[in-house]
Amino acid sequence: MKGLLIVSGLGILAMMAEIFKFKKLLFPLVLLGILGAYVANFMEWNSGFSIAVFDNMIAFDKVALAFSGVILATAFFWFIMANDYFEDMPTVVDHFSLVLFALTGALMLTAFKNMTTLFLGIEIMSIPLYVLAASKKKDVKSNEAGFKYLIMGSFASGFLLFGIALVYGATGSFDLMEIRAKISEMGSGMPSFFYAGIIMMLIAMLFKVSAAPFHFWAPDVYQGSPTVITALMSTVVKTAAFAAILRLFMIAFGGVSESWSMVLASVIALSLVIANFSAAVQTNVKRTLAFSSISHAAFMLMVVLANLRSNATLDALLYYSLAYSIGSIAAFGIIYNVTKNGDETFDSFNGLGKRNPLMAACMVVAMLSLAGIPITAGFFAKYFVFTTMIGTGYKWLLILAILTSAVGVYYYFKVIIAMYFKQATTEEPVTIELSQKVVMILTTLFTLALGAVPGFVAEMFKF
Amino acid sequence: MLNGISINYYILLSAVLFIIGAVGVMARRNSIIIFMCIELMLNAVNLMLVSFSTLHNDAKGQVFVFFIMAVAAAEVAVGLAILSMIYRNIKNIDTDLLSNLKN
Repeated sequence: MKGLLIVSGLGILAMMAEIFKFKKLLFPLVLLGILGAYVANFMEWNSGFSIAVFDNMIAFDKVALAFSGVILATAFFWFIMANDYFEDMPTVVDHFSLVLFALTGALMLTAFKNMTTLFLGIEIMSIPLYVLAASKKKDVKSNEAGFKYLIMGSFASGFLLFGIALVYGATGSFDLMEIRAKISEMGSGMPSFFYAGIIMMLIAMLFKVSAAPFHFWAPDVYQGSPTVITALMSTVVKTAAFAAILRLFMIAFGGVSESWSMVLASVIALSLVIANFSAAVQTNVKRTLAFSSISHAAFMLMVVLANLRSNATLDALLYYSLAYSIGSIAAFGIIYNVTKNGDETFDSFNGLGKRNPLMAACMVVAMLSLAGIPITAGFFAKYFVFTTMIGTGYKWLLILAILTSAVGVYYYFKVIIAMYFKQATTEEPVTIELSQKVVMILTTLFTLALGAVPGFVAEMFKF
Repeated sequence: MLNGISINYYILLSAVLFIIGAVGVMARRNSIIIFMCIELMLNAVNLMLVSFSTLHNDAKGQVFVFFIMAVAAAEVAVGLAILSMIYRNIKNIDTDLLSNLKN
């Protein structure tokens, strides 16, 4: 709860920075604030009892606090990475406050206990992101990305609201616990439009996490947005959306899982196949990572599928989102530095192994982690997901996931091959800012550390 | 029953409005019309929430409608800002012209 308050306070403070002229101080203040929010969050987690406020509309229980911790840790690394991009802008203050408000929405999504806070959380998170995606004012591509994101986002919100209205009509409540109680009381006596409502909410949430066949906006938006904003979208937003899906479908609709689990299973299968095969033919790095994030979404959805009624395997989802977020921050940070001249194809990585060996080495670790090669965090993340799936009736999904991961290895290795085996047109070394170097090394070490002690981390996330 | 009319007709009306809006978003090419269609979708939801709220004798549904209205206004404000930015750059708001992002 304190984390949410601190982050939203920071957002307001960031807006003040322009008026009271402490723009130069803003970046260290924001970093300290995020760190403070993380520490406060951790203390609440340690104290072990959950806090419910606003008539039980927001409840920070252990699961919510764990997801908030992942989001805040990612945000901390993100701010160090992104500062270089924002530093010289006259609008740095607006950008920071927009990001902080998006972060507020993300934290709200981890802790909602009511459909109202679910809807508000999604909108508080999304609306600043529409602005941020379109924030390169003169660049038509960025405008287009923001516009597409806005149209698709509000389209999905329409579906979500229609679903909420139908569920409200059937149960007479917006509260997740009351809906759950009503479902177990009525049994199979629920009207048919209730099930339509659940499916519409599921579709809306799948839009938000960009799972196939609702993914078509993601590659365009990821490509057109400024790279640092893409990094934010594929890490913080994704984690928050998964926390929301898990909460919504585990708490409220766990009792009628047979009505939506088949839809979810086919969406996962489609996402795995479409994402991995489309990623293999892309030439733009950011588009490739967009498709890769769709396939990672499929893996995280598998945990939701395995988790129909209990939260026995939540550690798999938390570990996965942590490994994926940290790996993505590292990868996007490097892509941001490499593509500064505007070339976003794989060729921009040519010869990086010679031009900046440290950066190339960090990129190798990030790519191996995203591909799921052993000893990195990504491998254990996939391994934990597979173990949760073994006990369920969806073994065919498991086999499909392993096969499509093999395709995934191909496009991650395209980057590594370009870096070490292709000749660059120039031999001059690539120089980067100190802050970029720091975040690169930190995220790489974090990825390796997560891979070194996976059991310890997973044990922490057992509830 | 609401005022002698079965609740199913209220659901049907909002569903029809919602579908008109959804089809409009997908089929129309003018950005302003697309925004109107999104508003139509949201207002279909408002209509349904209000009718369910009356059916259940419960004010929560009507409170939710206020949230939707406020958020929809914020969303359209952002949308129109983005649109005016696009117009400044390409002097058009036809969505067919917005296809610069591809592989």
